[in-house]
Amino acid sequence: MSVMVARKKVVRKWEKLPGRNTFCCDGRIMMARQKGIFYLTLFLILGTCALFFAFECRYLAVQLSPAIPVFAAVLFLFAMATLLRTSFSDPGVIPRALPDEAAFIEMEIEATNGTVPQGQRPPPRIKNFQINNQIVKLKYCYTCKIFRPPRASHCSICDNCVERFDHHCPWVGNCVGKRNYRYFYLFILSLSLLTIYIFTFNIVYVALKSLKIGFLNTLKETPGTVLEVLICFFTLWSVVGLTGFHTFLVALNQTTNEDIKGSWTGKNRVQNPYSHGNIVKNCCEVLCGPLPPSVLDRRGILQQEESTAQEETCTRGPGAQEPTTAQGPCGQPEESSAQQNDGSLPHQSAVPVPSLSNTEMPEEKQPPAGELPIPSQDTGQAEH
Amino acid sequence: MRASLATKVFVQRDYSDGTTCQFQTKFPPELESRIERQLFEETVKTLNSFYAEAEKIGGSSYLEGCLACATAYFIFLCMETHYEKVLKKISKYIQEQNEKIYAPRGLLLTDPLERGMRVIEISIYEDRCSSGSSSSGSSSSSSGGGGGGAGGR
Repeated sequence: MSVMVARKKVVRKWEKLPGRNTFCCDGRIMMARQKGIFYLTLFLILGTCALFFAFECRYLAVQLSPAIPVFAAVLFLFAMATLLRTSFSDPGVIPRALPDEAAFIEMEIEATNGTVPQGQRPPPRIKNFQINNQIVKLKYCYTCKIFRPPRASHCSICDNCVERFDHHCPWVGNCVGKRNYRYFYLFILSLSLLTIYIFTFNIVYVALKSLKIGFLNTLKETPGTVLEVLICFFTLWSVVGLTGFHTFLVALNQTTNEDIKGSWTGKNRVQNPYSHGNIVKNCCEVLCGPLPPSVLDRRGILQQEESTAQEETCTRGPGAQEPTTAQGPCGQPEESSAQQNDGSLPHQSAVPVPSLSNTEMPEEKQPPAGELPIPSQDTGQAEH
Repeated sequence: MRASLATKVFVQRDYSDGTTCQFQTKFPPELESRIERQLFEETVKTLNSFYAEAEKIGGSSYLEGCLACATAYFIFLCMETHYEKVLKKISKYIQEQNEKIYAPRGLLLTDPLERGMRVIEISIYEDRCSSGSSSSGSSSSSSGGGGGGAGGR
């Protein structure tokens, strides 16, 4: 009996995940599909800082203090680290229900509501829960076939339910949710500080140098300064405003989504049950609280059920195996969970896929005082 | 004598305490004939306490958060978070429970982590050739759809 080696590519779970995400580095990085604005963000930050370090810093380090570029470098590195963390990490996506689970829930719903005759639109599925003496409704997501946890929302851009959904930010190219909100907040905070810093020291540079060689000559010598000042000026208004807005949200333990929908404001609405009532406690929980790991298991190996005609040597590759290794996993033990991971997800053709405003408002360009249109919320969607 | 999957029961999340990860301790009727109520409730309560420990907001979690922030979160490249450590403990506990209690009764608990922390999935197996086993017909009548869904793969 000849034993032949099957050349099978190891398939990881991220390749079969539903939703409109892009994955890079074999599942280590997860982003939204549209990344153009994210590249713009990167370009602006890197470009402005490069100009600053190349021109102004050299002069200021000598004239004033070498600490100036050092501090700028620290701020820059921190801003970049938090930006990349925000953009590349899983915001808290809730995986879709597997067929068994979806069927089980459907049955429970039918048991309570009764079967809807064919042709009639099913009523919106809502369950009521009581949290801290207040009633909170759980909505059923038709796309993901789950009852969404409180504060979760379905992002129509990424087509995923995200826990503690804040908003979809095109500037970072990802949703902002439970798992990456703190990175997002620290990013806009450090970017605000960096912008203020560069802006201030550009003014100082121009002032100092103008005393020696005159204003116009200064600008002629380092034309980059004008560009930096312009970029910083516009960024200041948007990013600093956004930071202020999110500081307000953090202090009250609210999300942008809730703020826009007015979930906790108004006379007849319930009070925010998630707030501890204490600003410090709220800040601590949101920014320093425990961080749940991703439940998506992007790099897990998908167990293939295909049987090949050849006999394969059954060596299980380790998790870090390169996709082009000769041998693939075989001889699957009979696990029901393996079969369900096979990408046989609930059929979506019956679900009207909501396509809300394609104009994702670049939030940083506007004063964030609640004037942002809703990029992707669950109100008004056809599925309800 | 091979056991085949008869049906699955899903224990849902309990949101009465907010968004923290807790599961309902309500005893599913499908398990009535398979396992004692008290054992099941004990398992779920222990799991709930594990999750509460993982999500506990207190001194140590703040310290971890601040330290991570101070290192621009690079420390997560080499360190495991408290939450991940507790999840490992949970996984061991579930394995233990399966070996000692659930497998002898023809049941299998699935770690909620594999189901996106949405449900505790309990698979009910029936023995094909065992003579005196209580048929799962009664238990599958209420979950016929689930059984059909499970068999329709």
